[in-house]
Amino acid sequence: MSFEVPEDKQYLETHEWAQIDTDANTARIGISAFAQDELGDIVFVELPAVGDEIEQNTEFGVVESIKAVSDLYAPLSGTVSAVNELVFDTPELLNEEPYGDGWLLEIESIDTDETDALLEADAYEQQIE
Amino acid sequence: MKFDQARWITDEDRYEPLLAEKRSKTVSVDADDAGLPDELTRDELTLPSLSEPELARHYTRLSEMTYGIENGPFPLGSCTMKYNPSFTEDVAALDAGQVHPDRPAESIQGTLEVLFRLQEYLGRIGGMDAVTLQPPAGAAGEFAGILVAKAYHEANGEDRTEVIVPDSAHGTNFASGALAGFDVVTLPGGSDGRVDCEALENAVGEDTAALMLTNPNTLGLFERNITEIADIVHDAGGLLYYDGANLNALLGRVRPGDMGFDVMHYNVHKTFATPHGGGGPGAGPVGVGNELAEFLPEPRVRKTDDGYELFTPESSIGKVHGYHGNWLVLVKAFAYIARLGDAGLTDASAKAVLNANYLASQIEYDVPFEPFHHEFVASADADAADVAKRMLDFGVHPPTTKWPEAVEEALMAEPTEIETKRSLDQLAEAFNAVANESQETVEDAPNRTAVKRIDQATAARNPRLSWQALEFETE
Repeated sequence: MSFEVPEDKQYLETHEWAQIDTDANTARIGISAFAQDELGDIVFVELPAVGDEIEQNTEFGVVESIKAVSDLYAPLSGTVSAVNELVFDTPELLNEEPYGDGWLLEIESIDTDETDALLEADAYEQQIE
Repeated sequence: MKFDQARWITDEDRYEPLLAEKRSKTVSVDADDAGLPDELTRDELTLPSLSEPELARHYTRLSEMTYGIENGPFPLGSCTMKYNPSFTEDVAALDAGQVHPDRPAESIQGTLEVLFRLQEYLGRIGGMDAVTLQPPAGAAGEFAGILVAKAYHEANGEDRTEVIVPDSAHGTNFASGALAGFDVVTLPGGSDGRVDCEALENAVGEDTAALMLTNPNTLGLFERNITEIADIVHDAGGLLYYDGANLNALLGRVRPGDMGFDVMHYNVHKTFATPHGGGGPGAGPVGVGNELAEFLPEPRVRKTDDGYELFTPESSIGKVHGYHGNWLVLVKAFAYIARLGDAGLTDASAKAVLNANYLASQIEYDVPFEPFHHEFVASADADAADVAKRMLDFGVHPPTTKWPEAVEEALMAEPTEIETKRSLDQLAEAFNAVANESQETVEDAPNRTAVKRIDQATAARNPRLSWQALEFETE
């Protein structure tokens, strides 16, 4: 089974994605299509609040599915500027649109040097094959 | 062999309305609002309105729709679902047991004697010098035990911040360590399913307060290097904590205290046939070696020349529950131990191990880790949760699934000593029937039960936790 891996995003080995806006120095964060399929039906999401700092490769939240509870790892460091409140009441968005309405956070003040540690789409696609 | 629960054929058979849905009445109340704010008071109340026979039939029907140890085998691994002999209930129902906990010690000498003797029994069974009966559940026992370990280190002027827990441990171990204020360090398991002594050497240090371990472990495997493990932890200045969840495998053979454990809790519902708490009253006594006895919760019971008395250990961590814990649960554990005696407990334990090994030998699923004791973990070649649901169709309770994670699609089975060869064969037949079925059939199960496959995702996303959240018609 192959999963969608959009090329406009970069990936962490632990299956989180970041879509980076280099001009604004911001990024949007979510989980990959592969991740949501592995987790199964997602029923609960816990995220930091606007203003909180997150750190690359460090836990920033939790997703709970009917199978497991999993930590979310930050693909980049930054300050949370927006939280997708929709996923609290409709966590199924993570299953249905992991790259769209199922996004999790937006962060600002990112360090673009950190993107070196992320996987490009083709490398991530190889990892999940 | 007949497996069908034939009552559940049509959708109507499978439906039992809530009491409120059957018939409700709205009543007006004109009560004094006692000065409460308006938003907290109401004038009308909708309540179920049924005759006594309707009520009795409702609950009888619900009991028919569920499955318990009195219906058939219940091999839920790690949970140790034993049938609790009814004589323990009889003993707990005696008038002599109905005493107020504030009565003066001299007027309840019999009660105190039972508590004292149970402390002694448990100490002897676990190889521990002192026992508290106060914690009201296994997990509460863990928490109390870890607090005792913390108090011990603090009294020695040591600031130890870490509790080490193997990745295969019961989830409560991680929680108890964290709740007691420790950083919980996860210890990866070795390839043989046991503690990897090298990894343990690397994990321990001057921050190590304790290693929490269960033996046999959650794969049913005996930690053969337990004395080496104990030395590694003790040399680092840490304590060894024994999770009593699997004590049922060892009764009368070997004792945690003799293996080098310093603190342990007893799951009396797993080992000594008291009811599983399920959030209700349970008991999780804690035993310790002499050097930790002064920190145990208070009160404990001791024997003096004049009889039995309550006392507070010198440096007690205080109370972890009211009074002496859940007294009548303790009475049941006492009755069970006293009735079985040394020989009976040893025999029960041997049969628990024999039954697990016989069942494993009869099933077609692969059991990757052995030799095991009182439970084993088979690997389903399909989704273990689907296999479990399909097993319900064969009139047995399924094993624990998907855990421990060392085994892929784990089916963790623990028949306990209570099953006969006949019921073990019935269980094996259910395992094997499902093993040979098509994926389609298994994924569609259960079909013969009172409730078909439940929509777990919706249940978790939109839980309705009270009948008052439902809409129904009233008269």
